[in-house]
Amino acid sequence: MKTLLIAVIGLLPLANSQAGEWRGYVELEGTAFFEDPAFAEQSNSDLSIAAEPEYIQEWNDGDDIFTFKAFGRIDQRDNNRTHGDLRELSWIHAADDWEVLAGVGKVFWGVTEAVHLVDIINQTDLVESFDGEEKLGQPMIDLSLIRDWGVVDLFVLPWFRERTFPSEDGRPRFAIPIDTDDPLYESSAEQHHVDFAARWSNSIGEWDIGLSYFYGTSREPRFVILPSAIDPVAGTVSETNPLYEIINQASIDLQAIYGSWLWKLEAYTRGGQGDRFTAAAGGFEYTFVGVRESAIDVGVIAEYLYDGRDDEIGSTTIAAGTPFSTSPFQNDLVLGTRITLNDMQSTELLVVGIIDLEGNGQTFSMEASRRIGNDWIVALEGNAFSNVPENTSLVSFKKDSNIRVKLTRYF
Amino acid sequence: MTPVRILPAMLLCLLPVCVLAETAEEKALAIAVEADSRDSGFVDYTNDTQMILRNKQGQESTRLIRSKTLEVDGDGDKSLTIFDEPNDVKGTALLSFTHKEGPDDQWLYLPALKRVKRIASDNKSGPFMGSEFAYEDITSQEVEKYTYRYLRDDSFDGMDVFVFERYPIDEKSGYTRQIIWMDKEHYKERKIEYYDRKDTLLKTLLFTDYHQYQDRFWRAHVMYMENHQTGKSTRLLQSEFKYGTGLNERDFDKNSLKRAR
Repeated sequence: MKTLLIAVIGLLPLANSQAGEWRGYVELEGTAFFEDPAFAEQSNSDLSIAAEPEYIQEWNDGDDIFTFKAFGRIDQRDNNRTHGDLRELSWIHAADDWEVLAGVGKVFWGVTEAVHLVDIINQTDLVESFDGEEKLGQPMIDLSLIRDWGVVDLFVLPWFRERTFPSEDGRPRFAIPIDTDDPLYESSAEQHHVDFAARWSNSIGEWDIGLSYFYGTSREPRFVILPSAIDPVAGTVSETNPLYEIINQASIDLQAIYGSWLWKLEAYTRGGQGDRFTAAAGGFEYTFVGVRESAIDVGVIAEYLYDGRDDEIGSTTIAAGTPFSTSPFQNDLVLGTRITLNDMQSTELLVVGIIDLEGNGQTFSMEASRRIGNDWIVALEGNAFSNVPENTSLVSFKKDSNIRVKLTRYF
Repeated sequence: MTPVRILPAMLLCLLPVCVLAETAEEKALAIAVEADSRDSGFVDYTNDTQMILRNKQGQESTRLIRSKTLEVDGDGDKSLTIFDEPNDVKGTALLSFTHKEGPDDQWLYLPALKRVKRIASDNKSGPFMGSEFAYEDITSQEVEKYTYRYLRDDSFDGMDVFVFERYPIDEKSGYTRQIIWMDKEHYKERKIEYYDRKDTLLKTLLFTDYHQYQDRFWRAHVMYMENHQTGKSTRLLQSEFKYGTGLNERDFDKNSLKRAR
């Protein structure tokens, strides 16, 4: 990987380069919780600052692009959330019928709103946001072959990034503290295991289609409780370790657009974490454009989530040394609305509820944002957990309903 | 605009009988076809746009975008628009394939998520970046997207103009009709009035500061849109027009959208 980075940096001082450009943001964040915490280490509020500077340089009329993007956060409560990451350090070269990205980059696959099942190239930066939408930079070589019949992307991923998890002071966090210092790997190569992925994607009329295959270290770990973590007298568990196994995963993502309807489907089949299983999400977003002759758009979102795995973290039957998974959305309905005012301040509101159809509780999230002046965005986010029973992984968060304010200055 | 489609309009003019019998609809269509024909053959161009949004209280907000446009034989133009301001949307890019018939295709690239989102094609009447310009006002104005009716000859700002109405074919349009003032010398729009779905005057667009490029193509450097119902306005300033920049299909695919910076 180091060789790769040196190679990327070595390409920088090219003679005919145009002036580079800095952009990014600085953000102040405050979070307040409605209830006293479930765990003694946690607090009722949190303050945090973050910054994400980015440097971009293009040359050869934009056929070559160098990108550097770093992220850093200081968090008042959670040491694991006080962290930095190299989000991007890459060189992109575009030719007539191919493109290559070499270095640290980010790739997104998928179409659905509530979950991102097929998006597998980058690891989730879970301490950043519990919805899993923030990602860690991934070292990669991505070769894109652009053909009449679609785009084929071939990925070599030479270094594995471990998922970030909140510390014991973090909130929300899992009931059993996760020992992120000592992850377990199936492959003896551990983080050095070279992972591969291939993807074909195309737009055909109203349809956008992607077929992907991944072989390598699972971004989503299972967990193992080591015998040493169990107090034999009290019967309590002090911690659990992430287990990163080698998986093979084939996936499809589909989107069709018909007038105001966007139909969406994501599904994968994964082998390598116990029995082979399937997960799928599908549904629609319908947009009412210009409601009542105003500029306001109102979108209605409905998705169904399926996951073939059991949600075992809440189960009392976990045996020491036996891997278990945490997947709360096995049979869930997503209902949401997206309201876009289309005003000068770009005011937006997204409210999403995930309802477990087996009676295992509901989670609600809200995101609202509005521009102030030319360079500031104020955002309000809320998360609520209700009727969560004891036997699900969501039980860890049942007292963690919260509201968060973010003030971001873009430059 | 292909020669094949100009032909019937030209034949019409060659026959005196037909000219005498020309209806208001045929006359306005012929003007629209001629205007389109004069604007065809540019192949490609790039330009910068500044939009100054102004609300009723006089507060202003600025948008900066860069655009690339490619002419497509037999269909609507392809365009890639990159947002530079406000800073929070910097690097956001919009890829549009306009079509002569049927809905346009649009994809929006969100750089923070590296996500390409397909945009519902019905969303044409919505405001573009919070401005008084709707998507349908700024996308490629294909002849086939409207029916036409000639109103009168008139003068506007010292110029001889045609005045005609056009009616959007797409029922998702935010307008019942538009009235166009087009100068007889260059066949360029000088003024457009937009009437909402209740057929009430909604907006007026004025085109000024026309410049000629490639000895052929006239481009308005200033477009001023006033919303009569809300008191808001948007001044759109275009600059840095460059023609024949050698763009091709590859500059308008989803990979190029992800590469936009």
